[in-house]
Amino acid sequence: MRPTFIKTLVELAQKDERIFLLTGDLGYAALEPFREKFPKRFINMGVAEQNMAGFAAGLAMSGKLPVVYSIATFVTLKTLEQVRNDICYQNLNVKIVGVGSGLTYSQYGATHHSQEDIGLMRLLPNMKVICPGDPVEVEAATRAMMADPQPCYLRIGSRGEPVLHEPPIDFQIGKGITLRPGKDIALVATGNMLENTMKAAELLRGSGLSPQVVSMHTVKPLDANLLKELFINFQQVFTIEEHSQIGGFGSAVAELAAELHDGRASLHRIALPDQFQKLGAWLARLRQENGLSPEGIAETVRKIYNQTS
Amino acid sequence: MNIDYRQLEQHAQNIRRNVIKMAVRAKSAHLGGVLSIVEILTVLYFQILKIDPQAAHDPDRDRLIFSKGHAGLALYAALVERGFAAEEILETFYKDDTMLTAHPTKDCMPGVETTTGSLGHGLPLGTGLAWAAKHDNQPFRTFVLMSDGECDGGSTWESILFAGHHQMDNLIAVVDYNKIQGFGRTAEVLNLEPFVKKWESFNWAVQEVDGHDLAKLQEVLSQVPFQTGKPSVVIAHTIKGKGTSLEDTLDSHYKIPPEYATDLH
Repeated sequence: MRPTFIKTLVELAQKDERIFLLTGDLGYAALEPFREKFPKRFINMGVAEQNMAGFAAGLAMSGKLPVVYSIATFVTLKTLEQVRNDICYQNLNVKIVGVGSGLTYSQYGATHHSQEDIGLMRLLPNMKVICPGDPVEVEAATRAMMADPQPCYLRIGSRGEPVLHEPPIDFQIGKGITLRPGKDIALVATGNMLENTMKAAELLRGSGLSPQVVSMHTVKPLDANLLKELFINFQQVFTIEEHSQIGGFGSAVAELAAELHDGRASLHRIALPDQFQKLGAWLARLRQENGLSPEGIAETVRKIYNQTS
Repeated sequence: MNIDYRQLEQHAQNIRRNVIKMAVRAKSAHLGGVLSIVEILTVLYFQILKIDPQAAHDPDRDRLIFSKGHAGLALYAALVERGFAAEEILETFYKDDTMLTAHPTKDCMPGVETTTGSLGHGLPLGTGLAWAAKHDNQPFRTFVLMSDGECDGGSTWESILFAGHHQMDNLIAVVDYNKIQGFGRTAEVLNLEPFVKKWESFNWAVQEVDGHDLAKLQEVLSQVPFQTGKPSVVIAHTIKGKGTSLEDTLDSHYKIPPEYATDLH
């Protein structure tokens, strides 16, 4: 996802001189193409994220279009108040890009596990939250985000994520994309859980279920219309995310569902439990441990389906 | 240039009268740190900043980032005195449906450049503005008026380090060094000394000044940048609650001076 993001940003920056890229001293073997092409619009701010976020607000006040880049934890947690007061409160055109979504940096340990960022960013007025599910969505999301005049948080993974869409896709901020039609249940994934959700859907199809798969790449604003349809047309709606079950995508859908009166589906949130990871492990193992492997997702879905159908 | 200091003194007095009126009427806090910057704001708004109240958004205007947002009423009164808005707006301070809260919000009245209120935000913002000016060869300068208390915070020092490293000589910090912060004297809470040396060692050019002396403020502030290739900082020695019975007390951060307590109700 990261190489696609940079490639797209370089393309956009070629035509748009307002675009600046700021990094908190990260981006080795990733950001160099931007630095080489636009040395005057690339600033390594040092390991000083609060200054980076406030500085970006200052740039935006002068009509620049800054992109603030770091690992998702650092760029949302260390900077939270700058993002709130300086960027969102003033509704400035600053883009926050967090890499290493969820458990991506598995073996780095819990300091690098981004499991609160969606919740924090979606709490902020004026902020949009986009979590693309594959490189195709990353490119489309980057273009859409840079064309939007408001603050936005883009949550991406690292490198090597598989392409799940057949491009071109119809990507609009706030509009979910249905990848597989189904009849019984709806699996609604955000961000880097799209891959395992697609795989889980295959497993479920193998056992006779007909799951619909939706990529809900935008967590804020939520696609309320599509979700309403899902709650009306399916028995169960599952949200799948690599983020704490508190405050994230599933919570956002639960808030919507709580006020829906014509839906019949029950909602089930598949997410990280409310705890820090105890294991040092690679990503596949960590996901397995947290019920986010394809088999884990399929098993949870099957169990709930059998209980309630 | 001949400067009419009697006129300047009159402006300072008007600002002082207005902020006391506002604080007394609103029973608002922070008057101490408002009264410590009256002369600084007077000199900045009437002598130093290249601004035009009729063109509050002129892209070439000098920017003042009011980082010590808790002293917002000083900013409001100074902007009114400089002609950015009619005096009536000050009467809305702290009332229902006002635009003028204790801490200022971007464009809450003409001339308010940015939202502040949480300390440690102004210098990073100002550094970004100054960077954009350099990048575009724009002539404007960015001034950041800071409190001494916010020099406790890491974000402030992050931008001090950054601006020094990048030789941002179009950035000017003015520190209201009244030496009393939210819950004690700076010397006791977190000693900033040797303050001048700290800034110098971060590659800033430093000048100290009596922050209540209009002529000296004028002399120092008109010399920025003090050194080509370095950001400038003016450490203004001031007195919290200046001119009231609560001068140089922590109480001045929270209380209305008793001599005004019965006025204007």
